[in-house]
Amino acid sequence: MNEHPDTLIRYTANERTNHWIVALAFLLAALSGLALFHPALYWLSALFGGGPWTRILHPIIGLIMTIAFVFLAAVVWKDNRLEPRDREWLHRIKDVVNNREEQLPEVGRYNAGQKLLFFVFVVCMVGLLLSGLVIWRQYFSMYFPIGIVRFASLLHAVCAFLLIGAIILHIYAAIWVKGSLRAMTRGTVTPGWAWKHHRAWFRERTHAANPRARPD
Amino acid sequence: MSLQSLDIVRRSATTTPPPGIRRAATGAVAKLIDTTKCIGCKACQVACMEWNDLRDEVGTNVGVYENPADLTEASWTLMRFTEYENPEGDLEWLIRKDGCMHCADPGCLKACPAPGAIVQYANGIVDFQQENCIGCGYCITGCPFDIPRISKRDHKAYKCTLCSDRVAVGREPACIKSCPTGALVFGTKEDMRQHAEERIEDLKSRGFDQAGLYDPPGVGGTHVMYVLHHADRPELYSGLPADPHISPLVGIWKGISKPIALATLALSGLAAFFHYIRVGRNEVTEQDERAAVSEMEGRHE
Repeated sequence: MNEHPDTLIRYTANERTNHWIVALAFLLAALSGLALFHPALYWLSALFGGGPWTRILHPIIGLIMTIAFVFLAAVVWKDNRLEPRDREWLHRIKDVVNNREEQLPEVGRYNAGQKLLFFVFVVCMVGLLLSGLVIWRQYFSMYFPIGIVRFASLLHAVCAFLLIGAIILHIYAAIWVKGSLRAMTRGTVTPGWAWKHHRAWFRERTHAANPRARPD
Repeated sequence: MSLQSLDIVRRSATTTPPPGIRRAATGAVAKLIDTTKCIGCKACQVACMEWNDLRDEVGTNVGVYENPADLTEASWTLMRFTEYENPEGDLEWLIRKDGCMHCADPGCLKACPAPGAIVQYANGIVDFQQENCIGCGYCITGCPFDIPRISKRDHKAYKCTLCSDRVAVGREPACIKSCPTGALVFGTKEDMRQHAEERIEDLKSRGFDQAGLYDPPGVGGTHVMYVLHHADRPELYSGLPADPHISPLVGIWKGISKPIALATLALSGLAAFFHYIRVGRNEVTEQDERAAVSEMEGRHE
């Protein structure tokens, strides 16, 4: 901070709050869902006050997660549209995982990996919401034929599996690319971070008529 | 209930062997329901209510013989009536006592996520242990016969226990005791098969060529079996499934997907850890910061 007073704002306080509501809800939904998915993880239900409470809370937490995600997705949607240069980035995935970032094409606000991850999130959230309503026995399951309930049960498990896998990648990427976590905790990144990882976004921000970067 | 002196061969959501040193030495049990002898008196329904202390809500008469209208958490067995016009143009009144079939391969138990909420005893009875039930309804999703019901009051699943409490102490289920025509019989599964064979022979001699035993192999056989006049068309009997089996969707969901998903997630976590160890973090250097600042200053001028 002191060395580089010119920080760039990457996420506003509202965006950060929104993100962490989704994140906390996801964590709770994933833990309670895993408790019901595999007997080896049933002990996780103790975190929620036992099996019945896990069954009661899981869908409510899930609803909070999906609703909060709608607002988050609405904000970042336009920056996650795939562009021609994303193809090149994906072709150089070996350079990506080996930290040879100078070999990669310029990246906008999000790189191709982040964009694909975002669309996995969107698809999984939609799948989880729809299938989750169908298998919510207390309120909705009786309105659906048994075949649909069975399909929804499997779909729910598949979407949850994909989402948890995607989130593992998401969390690791935030640890791996140093300085990313700060963007979502304090909202800012250093110019060097933006220049290195998201150069097109860096230029867009610093060249704008009214740059959000603070001059000295 | 789960502490009674019956041996358990399967226990829901449990990956280690259940207690199983004692065996059902006299063989598995079965209830045989002879639809050809049933007169639809509903004595079995009453006996079930009495023994299990069940009192369903009194419904309304909608002009059909079924009473109550469907199985519920407080009605574990139900006579279902079908008026069937046979090819000769005669009316046949097909009456089937519906309830849990006590499958050898129970879909409810396979689907249940709560350890010990559903058990299968060595004698073949599949029993719900409500104290372990979490009310998710997966047993309904897994059942090929649409039997379990969840109470709106306590959110626990209920169904016929085959009077496991009576059977455990050497008595026959309450419904059997009440049947006035001998349509309901209880004994070892082997004895019940033999008894059914005699009945089927008799029925065939009376012109019911397709009479037969309903003991569907798709669910490994059942511990509640039917003698049907039309064993070639079980659907005639209020939709008794011709070839019941655990749905392949449930099979994938509760079978192969569980270890694969867990292993894949654990491995992806491990892969991330080793990426960190081998490649390390992607860090912004002082050089990067300088390059950024000089670019910013260059453009600001």
